[in-house]
Amino acid sequence: MALDKADVLHIARLARIRVAAEDLEGIASDLNHIIDWVEQLGEVETDTTAPMTSVVQMALKTRDDVVGDGGYADKVLANAPETADGFFVVPKVIE
Amino acid sequence: MMSALTDLTIAEAGSLLTKGEISAVDLADAHIAAMEAEAELNAFITPTPERAREMAAAADASRARGEAGLLNGIPLAAKDLFCTEGILTTAGSHILQGFEPVYESTVSENLWQAGAVLLGKTNLDEFAMGSSNVTSHYGPVKNPWGRAVGRDLVPGGSSGGSAAAVAARIALGAVGTDTGGSIRQPAAFSGIVGMKPTYGRCSRWGIVAFASSLDQAGPLTRTVQDAAIMLRAMASHDPKDSTSVDRSVPDYEAALTGDVRGLRVGVPAEYRLDGMPAEIEALWQQGITWMRDAGAEIVEVSLPLTKYALPCYYIVAPAEASSNLARYDGMRFGLRVDGADLTDTYESTRAAGFGAEVKRRVMIGTYVLSAGYYDAYYLKAQKVRSRIGEDFEAAFGRCDVLLTPTAPSAAFTIGERQDDPILMYLNDVFTVPANLAGLPGISVPAGLDREGLPLGLQIIGRAFDEETMFRAAGVLETAADFTAKPPAL
Repeated sequence: MALDKADVLHIARLARIRVAAEDLEGIASDLNHIIDWVEQLGEVETDTTAPMTSVVQMALKTRDDVVGDGGYADKVLANAPETADGFFVVPKVIE
Repeated sequence: MMSALTDLTIAEAGSLLTKGEISAVDLADAHIAAMEAEAELNAFITPTPERAREMAAAADASRARGEAGLLNGIPLAAKDLFCTEGILTTAGSHILQGFEPVYESTVSENLWQAGAVLLGKTNLDEFAMGSSNVTSHYGPVKNPWGRAVGRDLVPGGSSGGSAAAVAARIALGAVGTDTGGSIRQPAAFSGIVGMKPTYGRCSRWGIVAFASSLDQAGPLTRTVQDAAIMLRAMASHDPKDSTSVDRSVPDYEAALTGDVRGLRVGVPAEYRLDGMPAEIEALWQQGITWMRDAGAEIVEVSLPLTKYALPCYYIVAPAEASSNLARYDGMRFGLRVDGADLTDTYESTRAAGFGAEVKRRVMIGTYVLSAGYYDAYYLKAQKVRSRIGEDFEAAFGRCDVLLTPTAPSAAFTIGERQDDPILMYLNDVFTVPANLAGLPGISVPAGLDREGLPLGLQIIGRAFDEETMFRAAGVLETAADFTAKPPAL
């Protein structure tokens, strides 16, 4: 199934990237080209294969659930575009 | 004296420092001068000469106290994907404008603990997405080998600035990252050694994430021995990265015995591509002959799914990238472009902050993970990935290492292969499989093409058997005796 301009707009919206109307067609063509190419994976028989979940054999590590770090709000905020009183300042979330 | 200092290997410089014949400050000054003289290569986004002089003075002082680490006084460059405390870290992207981390990546911290000196942060493809270093917000890097042919050539990518810095004798070594070939391919294009360790060998903590199940840090150096020295300093078990392995770090340098008698070297038939330049095939055959002459046993092996590795990668890597790059929302760090409301601010920030290739991959990743397509694309790719891993396991039942070309061509002209993304992706056809299977791989400069541009051969090892990989690479390096250098300015 080829992606059309409406599909690209939907994907861009999901990805939170603004795309200008005049760029939709070019992006659709690029994405379709790549998707057509990856479709060849359909030729590989995988009916009895489990998906890879870990590239090296290892058990997932656990640690004690304790606070081991933190207490430096100034550092956390150091790179923020806008802060006030020890908080990030963001656009209004709830109307 | 200046040129002599920048032409040393890490091992040679370490020996001169130990004997007291040179100081870390001398070494740093010579390399800072080289960095300034070679500014036209655009290899660095942020040179840090003052920091280098301070670190070099501190290295000399600790040596005087008898506390010299493994890399004491060695001037290195770091890909601008490693977070460095108090130093601008950009990932080659506009969206990280002004970002000065308040922490240090584990790998770079390990290097500084070993006494290494930071010369600067090197240029790269934006978020490490590319094979030519042309997607950087800070402009393309020039390969110093371009001077040999009178054209502006790419250094490869994404660790292109790191490769150019080492090749042009600006740094004795550099750290890069390799998600699909981003250390090995630029090493091959630049006539140097580039090594990707087993997944989990080096901590990923503090490295700007691209595709978390594929990313690994590794060294770019001028010799195999130097790569072995650097990896020993970089590798560690890190509780801050749950995928870093709790295994002791071997003395990789000790593995370079020069003896491959009886070693089984696998040659995968499927790495012979249609339309591959005859020179690449000839160099590969030469490499096979060198290993055989050194006493290795050559074994024909089959990796039947090789042709599916690249399309598999171009589902898995963009999927992980779309998730990792969701953090760039203009709220907590980097660029913010104000919009009418929250969503508008997100969309405007990401539209202005990401370049075309990053947007393309984030959108592909978003699509293959979206409702209704997840099973058909992402799950299918993860199954194919399992089968690619099984292929390698089967091959390693019959051999100890694999020998392949590193890249399907020599360095190409800046601006070429831009119109079709897949043509650019094909650069990584020989390197991507090792990332999908988590295996260590190293590119060794092995010869020149008819234009006089470097070509590399790759050794792939078993998981966590970097020692055998290094041993084979050392023998390949000795046989190839690659002494060519890019023309100086």
